[in-house]
Amino acid sequence: MNKQRREVLKAGGSLGLLGILAGIGLLKPELALADWNKAAFEAKSFEDTLKALGVTAKPADSGDIQLNAPDIAENGAVVPVAVVSNIANTQSIAILIEKNPNALGANFTIPEGTEANVTTRVKMGQTSNVYALIKADGKFFMSMKEVKVTLGGCGG
Amino acid sequence: MGNPMKIRASNKDGVTEVKVLMSHEMETGQRKDASGATVPAWYITEVSATYKGKPVLKAEFGPAVSKNPYLAFKFKGGDKGEKVVVSWTDSKGDTRSDEGVIS
Repeated sequence: MNKQRREVLKAGGSLGLLGILAGIGLLKPELALADWNKAAFEAKSFEDTLKALGVTAKPADSGDIQLNAPDIAENGAVVPVAVVSNIANTQSIAILIEKNPNALGANFTIPEGTEANVTTRVKMGQTSNVYALIKADGKFFMSMKEVKVTLGGCGG
Repeated sequence: MGNPMKIRASNKDGVTEVKVLMSHEMETGQRKDASGATVPAWYITEVSATYKGKPVLKAEFGPAVSKNPYLAFKFKGGDKGEKVVVSWTDSKGDTRSDEGVIS
């Protein structure tokens, strides 16, 4: 049950309050998630994830992508990953971890004026290849690095 | 509503670097608690950053992003004293928005 909604109803159901809550998205999670690529994030295999991201042919390996991640991650729960793309017109950057339960970690959309340079931290269940998938001018490019994990980050 | 984000934005040579530390459990839905019950998934799904109402970054996150997600990016322009607004939405539909002043 939606606890927040319960509480709002209990509070007397004032239309004004409901309107405000709906306005900031509290009551409409399905709308708020409209842009999220569910198929890609829930795909089990690496190939299915690529397909869900719109990749049809195998992306070309590109030396213009810098994928910075540690060689050995002592703690798989916090693996820093930085991606810099020197490919012109980079539109999006996706970080994929091949052997995670769902390969796609994060997908960034780069608007014009923003540098194709993002840093974040991801979880890794085990030693795996980490990929940076770049979309530029409608074409896909990829770069790979193996990260060894000594302690998994997915609980268990 | 979640806890506040920490946002640092600084302009150097015409490029603004933004660093964001969000406060979120980022529960994967694969972990089990002490009694063996699966802890339900709960994670940030979307992040957006805007400067003067114009988007400077959009991100979709999966549960594989670490707890208390860190994000850093750079965009061209950005005047000192102006604000960068960062908002997230999580898988329960919760949202939070914070702003950082460019220094």
